Amino acid sequence: MGLRLDIVTPERELFTGEVDTVLVPGAEGQLGILPQHAPLITVLDEGVLTARRGAESLAFAIHGGYMQVLSDHVIVLADVAEQAEEIDVERAEEARRRAEELLKKQPPPEEQRAAMAALQRSLVRLRVARRQRPYRPEREPES
Amino acid sequence: METLREIRRHIRSIGNLSQVTKALEAVSASKVQKAQAAVLATRPYAHRAWELIVNIACVRGEKFHSLLTHREPVHSVLIVLFTSDRGLCGAYNQNIIRATTDYVEQLGVPVSYIAVGRRGRDVIWRMQADLVAEFHGLPAVPSFVDVSAIARTAIEEFLQERADAIFLAYTDFINLMRQQPVIKRLLPLTPSRLEEQAVSEYVVDMQPLGVAEYIYEPGKAEIMNAVLPRFTELQVYQATLEASASEHAARRMAMRNATDNAEELLRDLTLMRNKARQQAITSELLDIAGGAEALEQALQAAR
Repeated sequence: MGLRLDIVTPERELFTGEVDTVLVPGAEGQLGILPQHAPLITVLDEGVLTARRGAESLAFAIHGGYMQVLSDHVIVLADVAEQAEEIDVERAEEARRRAEELLKKQPPPEEQRAAMAALQRSLVRLRVARRQRPYRPEREPES
Repeated sequence: METLREIRRHIRSIGNLSQVTKALEAVSASKVQKAQAAVLATRPYAHRAWELIVNIACVRGEKFHSLLTHREPVHSVLIVLFTSDRGLCGAYNQNIIRATTDYVEQLGVPVSYIAVGRRGRDVIWRMQADLVAEFHGLPAVPSFVDVSAIARTAIEEFLQERADAIFLAYTDFINLMRQQPVIKRLLPLTPSRLEEQAVSEYVVDMQPLGVAEYIYEPGKAEIMNAVLPRFTELQVYQATLEASASEHAARRMAMRNATDNAEELLRDLTLMRNKARQQAITSELLDIAGGAEALEQALQAAR
């Protein structure tokens, strides 16, 4: 018995389908969802959502939002979400460099926060883009 | 009566004009479709988010979140007015502005505005009403991030109690021929009065909720704090897209009328040109015939 996973953002329905397990970036740490999970509503952090279906591993970049789990149905309401194939690695790399350079210059707190957020976003994107490969059980998923 | 040369020039300029209006019509038609598709794409999220809100808010004994709480009596109202930046869209702006001003008259309480679109802003300025903020230059199909600032401004006004109720005034897209100005409550959201609520449109097919004991992480209040502003932003986003679809539908209609008029004008002008041309030829022939006749007579007289 698998899980049904829906990932929706205000702009579109990104993913819907059957998976075996889901690993999400919860606000209070990584959170693994298996079938028969207790009903749960939680806030999500910026991070990588990984879903496994057989030997396949799907990765999504999630930029904030919340998740609802009810009777083997996982609904992720993300503010912004991307699939690995959609991510432009070069652009993300570029954004990371820009943010890092900005942070080195010790900007005022306001800008620093914005740069930190940009850095975080680009890192999540890069991680998702590089992660899209067949699932190998001997490797621990990085968190 | 214009001269032949003037008519020709007129025909040329009308011809150019009709090409421009035709192009604008095509552009608007594609923008309507895109905006419409974007509205539809927001529905699944709206549906699920509302489900979540109802789930949390309906738990008995919970105090309502401040974004859900009605204030009685209402001392002041904020209206978010959606208009276009540019003209050439028929009565689109007049209709929504009239609907808004009529509504404001009924209200009888002080009203402040957030203007989305230059046209509405200009009207608010002329009325010398209280303008809290203005936004313009949004793309035809804005992204969620583009409009979240509008919603945040509105939420801030509500939470600071500068406004006790917030309404969205925008034009609902019904079909390419019809767009309906509507005024909808944005805040406070009230789950208990679902049916008369603005949001009910998005949740028509919602199933009665099964009772489930949820684990809330970090806590109910924190989740509400995250969900409610987001849902409010979403409603503003949907209104923006509806308004954009309506604007472009109105512009498409206006441009189609302009193209039709231009074509009619072209027909009349072509007729006039042909008449004038024939007349010119006739009078030229008469001239030549007259001249030849005169020459003939002169020659005979000389003999």
